[in-house]
Amino acid sequence: MMIHLTDINKRFGVGTGSISAVENVSLEIADGEIFGVIGYSGAGKSTLIRLLNGLEMPTSGSVKIGSLEISAIKGKELREARQKVSMIFQHFNLLWSRTVRENIAFPLEIAGVRKAVREKKVAELIELVGLSGRENAYPSELSGGQKQRVGIARALANDPEVLLCDEATSALDPETTDSILDLLTGINERLGLTIVLITHEMHVIRKICHRVAVMEAGKVVELGDVLDVFQSPKEPITKRFVSQVTEPVEARQAMAHIKEEFPSGTLIKLVFVGEKTEQPVLASLIRKFTVDVNIVQGNISHTHGGAYGTLILQLLGDSAIIEEAILYLHENDVQTEVIGND
Amino acid sequence: MIENLFPNVDWTKMWEATVETLYMTAISTLFTLVIGLGLGVLLFLSSPGQLWSNKLVNFISGAFVNIFRSIPFIILIILLIPFTKFLIGTMRGPDAAMPALIIGAAPFYARMVLIALQEIDKGVLEASKSMGAKTRTIIFKVLIPESMPALVSGITVTAIALVGYTAMAGIIGAGGLGTLAYLDGFQRSREDVTLVATVIILIIVFIIQFIGDFAVKKFDKR
Repeated sequence: MMIHLTDINKRFGVGTGSISAVENVSLEIADGEIFGVIGYSGAGKSTLIRLLNGLEMPTSGSVKIGSLEISAIKGKELREARQKVSMIFQHFNLLWSRTVRENIAFPLEIAGVRKAVREKKVAELIELVGLSGRENAYPSELSGGQKQRVGIARALANDPEVLLCDEATSALDPETTDSILDLLTGINERLGLTIVLITHEMHVIRKICHRVAVMEAGKVVELGDVLDVFQSPKEPITKRFVSQVTEPVEARQAMAHIKEEFPSGTLIKLVFVGEKTEQPVLASLIRKFTVDVNIVQGNISHTHGGAYGTLILQLLGDSAIIEEAILYLHENDVQTEVIGND
Repeated sequence: MIENLFPNVDWTKMWEATVETLYMTAISTLFTLVIGLGLGVLLFLSSPGQLWSNKLVNFISGAFVNIFRSIPFIILIILLIPFTKFLIGTMRGPDAAMPALIIGAAPFYARMVLIALQEIDKGVLEASKSMGAKTRTIIFKVLIPESMPALVSGITVTAIALVGYTAMAGIIGAGGLGTLAYLDGFQRSREDVTLVATVIILIIVFIIQFIGDFAVKKFDKR
């Protein structure tokens, strides 16, 4: 286990006016894991992530990274520990007075790395994050996505063991978000880096995290593998986050998955709307045509405008008959879409 | 031709006075820069929530800055006479003006440094801390470079104020264009001397402003 949080409490202020930001949190994060913490603003996730590099110290409890107890050290020892637990930020926090190259070199200067070594390392990092050709640009000349790439390169400069991402994609548009998330996944796979990220976007969790903790009012209310949490969210807040991820993206992924699992036959997707959901179209199809029908996936949602159902079928049999069957469905006003052939 | 327009102007004396003014401005600006920057950084770092957060240090440095910034310069010169005599050994000449100039201008600049530092993005400071930077590194590689345009425009304003202060210091015989304009020009009713001295002061101010604006533009990459 890379990261151990044991009975963490963090209060700001003293006496009656004090505010509890994190309450009784215990977590373990494995080596090489991408761990997500999701919560609305004020849930305590920002404080939680800052406990991991000692920017905040717990009121009680212990924070351990590897064998080092972050919550028990200070001064030089803590500064050196921070070089191995680096951080990227929502607003990038680059030095405007420095070029891309100089920004990335900054943590190396802090670590006292010699100039020749520094230059070599910076060149590698620029290559890694895909910023070749922009070395001498100032942050003001870069797009948001490029700025975050500089942030990531800077965070990787001292070969950290843990990368903390503080809402790293929240200031970016969806496309740029995805490219930054891809970069993070690549880094995690290639360098074996443990990544801890906080976000309020379920999309981020779904796309790259292995496990997720849901935070509400300073507490971790749900914790588990991302897939499990998505399939059966328990807490109301988790359900809200899961529903945040819109259907189309989800469906596209499910489709790709199905195509892989059912490579033979013809995959068709049927969409029933309204009263068609109540007619036995499928039963008569099976009676009329000599095809084998395998139900792959199906659901009916009841919306404000009525029921809405989709059904994904695998049809096995003579291709001419399959074509006739599809035609029959069309005649019966069932929207039919062939989504995969063998 | 020039002799006819300004019959009373002694150009050798005028040149000497200009050099004295430039000397007083340059040296006092240099000291003001160093002391003001140090004081400003101290004010900033000792304020609540900062790296050296310390109520007592913040209160003392803040009080010092506010008191000396509030005393009118002409009174400050007089108040500082014993101190100057002790330090310089005389009350005459450009060097004797230095303590008053610096003590008058450094707190003024310190306040501008504080404002400049407060404008720095908090996130950048947090990022520097998260990288394990020492306070010294944060001061010299983050605080100063990240506030450079404001620091430069601040010292420009201060240097221009110092040109004005040197002229006032002329009252107590500090030398320079102020003394010349007051003693040779005003008191002896030679308007042409006053006029020429004034024009030279204006030129000096314009040149300082021009250099300052140029430097701000050059430093500002935002």
